[in-house]
Amino acid sequence: MLSQTPKRFWIWPAVIVAGLLLLLWGLPQLLPVCAKYQLTDILIFCLVAGVIFLTAYIRHKPHLLEPWRRVLQSHRAMAAAVVLVVYVVIGLLDSIHFQEPLEGQPESVGHYSVDVPSLFDFMTRSLQEQTEKTYSAPLATHLFVKESVVLEDGTTAQQHRRLEHGGAHLADPQTDKWPDIAYTALQGLVWGLLLWSLLALLVSVWHARTAGLSPGASWRAIWRGRSRYPLNTLLVTAGILLVMLAILFTLSQKYHVFGTDKVGQDVFYLSLKSIRTGLVIGTLTTLVMLPFAILLGIMAGYFRGWIDDLIQYLYTTLNSIPGVLLIAAAILSIQVYIANHPELFDSAMDRADLRLLALCVVLGITSWTNLCRLLRGESLKLRELEYVEAARAFGVHHFTILGRHILPNVLHIVLIVVVLEFSGLVLAEAVLSYVGVGVDPSTISWGNMINGARLELAREPVVWWSLVAAFILMFALVLAANLFADAVRDAFDPRLGRIPRN
Amino acid sequence: MTLDNDTPLLEVDNLKTWFPDGDRTVRAVDGVSFTIRRGETCAILGESGCGKSITALSLMQLVPAGGRIVSGEILFHGQDLLQYSERQMRTVRGNRIAMIFQEPMTSLNPVLTTGEQIAEVLQQHLGLKGDALRQRVEALLHQVGIPDPHKRQQDYPHQLSGGMKQRIMIAMALAAEPELLIADEPTTALDVTIQAQVLDLLRELQQQHHMAMLLITHDLAVVADRADKVAVMYAGQIVELAPREQFFAEPRHPYTRKLFAAVPGRGKRRQKLEVIKGSVPTLDREFSGCRFADRCEEAWPLCRERRPAWTVLDEAGEHGVRCHRYDPDVDFVPQVVPSRGVREAGAVDQPPLSTVLQTRDLKVHFPIRKGLFKRIVGRVYAVDGIDLNLYRGRTTALVGESGCGKTTVGKALLQLIEPTAGQVDYLGQELTTLGGARLRRMRKHLQIIFQDPFASMNPRMMVGNIIEEGMLTQGVMPDEAERTRRIDQLLEQVGLSAEARQRYPHEFSGGQRQRICIARALALEPDVIVCDEPTSALDVSVQAQTLNLLKQLQQDYALSYLFITHSLSVVEYLADDIAVMYLGRIVERGPVEQLMSDPKHPYTQALLSAVPTIEKQSGREVIKLEGELPSPIDPPGGCHFHPRCPQAMAVCKQAYPGVTQLDGEREVRCYLYEEKGRGTRDE
Amino acid sequence: MFAYIIRRLFYAIPILIGVNLITFALFFVVNSPDDMARMHLGDKRVTQEAIEKWKTDRGYEKPLLYNSDTDGLNKFTETIFFTKSVRLFVFDFGSADDGRDIGYDIKQRMWPSLAIALPVFLVGLLINITFALLLAFFRATYIDVWGVVLCVVLMSISAMFYIIGGQYLIGKLMNLVPISGFDLVGIETVKFLVLPVLIGVVMGIGSGTRWYRTIFLEEIGRDYVRTARAKGLSELRVLFKHVLRNALIPILTGVVVVIPLLFLGSLLTESFFGIPGLGSYTIDAIQAQDFAIVRAMVFLGSVLYIIGLLLTDISYTVADPRIRLS
Repeated sequence: MLSQTPKRFWIWPAVIVAGLLLLLWGLPQLLPVCAKYQLTDILIFCLVAGVIFLTAYIRHKPHLLEPWRRVLQSHRAMAAAVVLVVYVVIGLLDSIHFQEPLEGQPESVGHYSVDVPSLFDFMTRSLQEQTEKTYSAPLATHLFVKESVVLEDGTTAQQHRRLEHGGAHLADPQTDKWPDIAYTALQGLVWGLLLWSLLALLVSVWHARTAGLSPGASWRAIWRGRSRYPLNTLLVTAGILLVMLAILFTLSQKYHVFGTDKVGQDVFYLSLKSIRTGLVIGTLTTLVMLPFAILLGIMAGYFRGWIDDLIQYLYTTLNSIPGVLLIAAAILSIQVYIANHPELFDSAMDRADLRLLALCVVLGITSWTNLCRLLRGESLKLRELEYVEAARAFGVHHFTILGRHILPNVLHIVLIVVVLEFSGLVLAEAVLSYVGVGVDPSTISWGNMINGARLELAREPVVWWSLVAAFILMFALVLAANLFADAVRDAFDPRLGRIPRN
Repeated sequence: MTLDNDTPLLEVDNLKTWFPDGDRTVRAVDGVSFTIRRGETCAILGESGCGKSITALSLMQLVPAGGRIVSGEILFHGQDLLQYSERQMRTVRGNRIAMIFQEPMTSLNPVLTTGEQIAEVLQQHLGLKGDALRQRVEALLHQVGIPDPHKRQQDYPHQLSGGMKQRIMIAMALAAEPELLIADEPTTALDVTIQAQVLDLLRELQQQHHMAMLLITHDLAVVADRADKVAVMYAGQIVELAPREQFFAEPRHPYTRKLFAAVPGRGKRRQKLEVIKGSVPTLDREFSGCRFADRCEEAWPLCRERRPAWTVLDEAGEHGVRCHRYDPDVDFVPQVVPSRGVREAGAVDQPPLSTVLQTRDLKVHFPIRKGLFKRIVGRVYAVDGIDLNLYRGRTTALVGESGCGKTTVGKALLQLIEPTAGQVDYLGQELTTLGGARLRRMRKHLQIIFQDPFASMNPRMMVGNIIEEGMLTQGVMPDEAERTRRIDQLLEQVGLSAEARQRYPHEFSGGQRQRICIARALALEPDVIVCDEPTSALDVSVQAQTLNLLKQLQQDYALSYLFITHSLSVVEYLADDIAVMYLGRIVERGPVEQLMSDPKHPYTQALLSAVPTIEKQSGREVIKLEGELPSPIDPPGGCHFHPRCPQAMAVCKQAYPGVTQLDGEREVRCYLYEEKGRGTRDE
Repeated sequence: MFAYIIRRLFYAIPILIGVNLITFALFFVVNSPDDMARMHLGDKRVTQEAIEKWKTDRGYEKPLLYNSDTDGLNKFTETIFFTKSVRLFVFDFGSADDGRDIGYDIKQRMWPSLAIALPVFLVGLLINITFALLLAFFRATYIDVWGVVLCVVLMSISAMFYIIGGQYLIGKLMNLVPISGFDLVGIETVKFLVLPVLIGVVMGIGSGTRWYRTIFLEEIGRDYVRTARAKGLSELRVLFKHVLRNALIPILTGVVVVIPLLFLGSLLTESFFGIPGLGSYTIDAIQAQDFAIVRAMVFLGSVLYIIGLLLTDISYTVADPRIRLS
């Protein structure tokens, strides 16, 4: 360890992570539930811990902090970041799984329900439980398809039956429905505005404190665009999102805002649940491939010779198999394995979770080659640089040079590739699920939603809502990720947009 | 057309080119005015970052993205170019005003043939076609001294050497016979012998075409040779403008005077070089006073309060300066405090020569592999049998043009490149046979300082950690507190404050970085330091600081330097012994005074004569070298130099000459001296 | 040049061996043929005889790597590795689970794939480069800024939505062309091609335009462009004669390598439009868990990829005078 590493940066993140761990493990002990974290949950927690440490580390490294400041100074990136934060929060809530004790036998320890809901499920229980018989359109009060109903006079007729939950409180849906919807939406709007005001207050107080302004002056500075970061963009985006979410949520208590699917599940609930799947694939894949890509990439570039040949051979070989086919081959094999070893899994959920993780690993194997090649190229350049030569002149060991001189100088490439790849992975999930080598059919994901809805497109009139809901949520996530990635690349890639030196 | 010979061709008035960037604006060019007459050469002299290139690009209205000409006039034949539309401007560019750039390697389009690139200008401005076009291209190539123009016009830029590429650039610029040629550091990227060729070519062509030239350079010596008048730029402004004779006879501005004093040379061997303290200010602010005030030893409070006005010094209005000292409106001018006086280093007692490191027949060959099974089909003879001695407390300079293998020698000495053959002996310890941990331990005694101060420090590490790295690796001072004290002490020794330890390299200027690198090398208390062109990336004023430091440290610690350089003025100032390298071999070596005043080898003679100097030397005869350095893959048979040698004899083609010992520890490898010498050692 | 191609072809061998080993490991080592049989037969309580029969029908009854029951060379040739993996090298793909000859199917289905993929590739290339040049010409103006944002928006839309949306809009609402289907009969074929090609092109505009724009901007920043401007050339001439020629080199890197892969077609487009190409063939095989076809396609894909790499290198010598292959 060099003596002047930036002040002990790891203390605070360690405290925070320890606190979170305590919360994750301790809280279920106090409540009558049993924490039941899935494999992917644990990896996600590791990722969060990693991000916390990394943030603390970056704060002490001006060369890393400066580009991040530039990222957040861009209006577009700020708006995208707000959207991403909302997704991440939902995804994280959906990653805390637990089991509730079976009803009727509260004293018997160790008897828990087979269901493993997440915190998110817990919060949206009404959505989850208000299932209908089958399809119903958004905000509908009646089923989408006609059924034969026995009328009072004893005859049967083809009729749209009333929904069990959606708009069930209305006496006469014909006249009451729209006024009720408007009224409920208004309620949501008020809630949204209230929440937003709270946020705006917090933000302007924070800004006042950091900028040393009076609260009034700070408020004006924010809206005139004179704050250091585009806080006005932050507030506007957050406002739109909060109001939208609040309206959707209040409405969803009485109606199916996005309709229901074939088995009558609320589409709004499904599309929110899909967020976790998308995020897991986008992030864990990266986590899986990073160690290989980085280690092999910089080793190939630094050592050259036969090590380089070997690593190049490895990634050319993997690259030469078309991605989808390699994934298909691997997933098919895993499918066979899972099918033949049912004894290894406690529940269908465990199996789906393992399949999700397997998909991440397989996607990781197919996607590390690109990063590896980039890192190899960069390391080839770096090894010729004079500071590497100086280190060799000091007699520094090769692996120390790799860690101290090469790695920190290629990290920006790693970051750029990781954020750029995220959106691609989210999109890939949908395609793979369509092909049949994606997530487990029982996992709720946008891919499965689209796949299910696609078959109904031929219906007349069209059942479009599942598709559109999945489309909107996926599009918003991918667009936000892409815009954010763009800003990251601009900030970290020195080749772009600098004033040329004289 | 010669009637109005006295009216200026180009008048630039109060030109300002700014680079707005958020809330800070870089004022790269901030009120520049000058005039150029027909056939005249005006030189703009300045250090890097002073705005001289941006001035040139502004004239062409080719300011890099992000920059804007905010005010001023550029009168060309009395017409303001700034009022021209882009379409009109295109009829001026390349046609009436042409430009050549610093980097011939990157300034030519790599995928078009040289002929095509020249033809483009002729098509655009003269409308030439077909045979006429081809003949004109060939004529132009012939004019700029390209042999076999008919064949060469089919060549792509990568097939030509640097000097040849610059000739192509010149041909391109001259194609439409412009009235004004802007040459932006046309020879900086070239070797001295090639530099002389290119500058001569430019002068010839200029006289032939009666063309005006704006020469942009950082090299005082180039100016001394070529310019009719000189403008000195500092921090975006012209601080002095004078005809050449007056400029060299009596420079006025304190900055100009300091520049002259900072140039190293033989005359200053026993002295410390004058340095200009600090570095060029950043241009992203308004200046309330003189821009040079912070670095000026003659400044008084007024200099920081009021901006100096342009003061004309002579009746003809030719010599002007921007300094309060010469402003008649300034009532009080303090006497110049005589600077502390240049410290005589005194006659250093020459200690008895004791060898620290010596090489015997050192060879580094790089194999070239080709074909199906990557067979070795040839070798690059980068270093081909070098004998060198480094003595305690003395500097040995290794001089040669780029590509001669001098850097490879330095790295092979330190075993950073594995030598193909030969011995490297450090105080009786053979280094070439050492490996692994034992070699690592030896590295403590042999250190290196690199050319590029920007690439030689890991940008992700703090200065303290950078200096500390070697100490930790070698186990010097394992105690942390002690080590920190030592780092602070080292930083102070190289003229930086101890708080630099907690900062990152990018916060320092080029000169400061180079000093940090020196501190890093010193931290291990080595015996030998290989200095690989340590000052060639630095401006003159900063170079002086570095050279002073190196000299001081040598005296304090009895260090041996192997000083690898192409700059002979630095050699004259710093070195004790000198070895001249040509194509992988040392052609001549000896003590610096004797060798510089009486070079023996024809190559050394040509090299020395090609160096432009500030001092007027009567009867200095430039020996022009034809051609360029051959490829080390296939060196010419016999003496490698014979194809370019003005005194080549028949015997030179047959075998490489042996070493001839001359008087005063001198050696030369040339048939001219074989009989005269005290004896010849055969290979 | 010739020696270079030969050498590259030699390099291809270890790569193909590697590909073969990977697929062999995936299909036969991770799961034994017994496992496959059991999954295919579906029933939990399948008899050993049924499994053996399934295996014999498909030639999976032999040992994996070494057959101790025979003698001589047969010890190695009478194995699954030899019959199933090594024979791929002579493009002997064997037969699918339904007994059809895979090699024959591939030959049949290649052409419809190419009929879609080639126009998509060519038209897409042309359109993307044109748009990118346009953005580069208007660089640092609002046209460029919003053009890039538009590209990002286009990139953020999933391919499936392009297809579903396109089918719905043009096929169903406007009733211009049939939604799906294919027939290789002269001019009529065009009718079936228009929509998939159109959608294929639109799908690629976002990422393509943005990528080419980056390349162009990088070239525009170089010194030789400044030289060209200093000659008095117009911006358009600079773009077309100087920038485009140089940008061709990095463009070729990404473009040439995919040309051979065009034979494989597009999984999604073909499957949605019901085009009997190799893409839909692959999807059907995956969904039917027909390992023989998947294995054949993996091998074919890597062969085509290696050919693509070789073509890329050769194309450099045409575009870049600095490169001479030897």
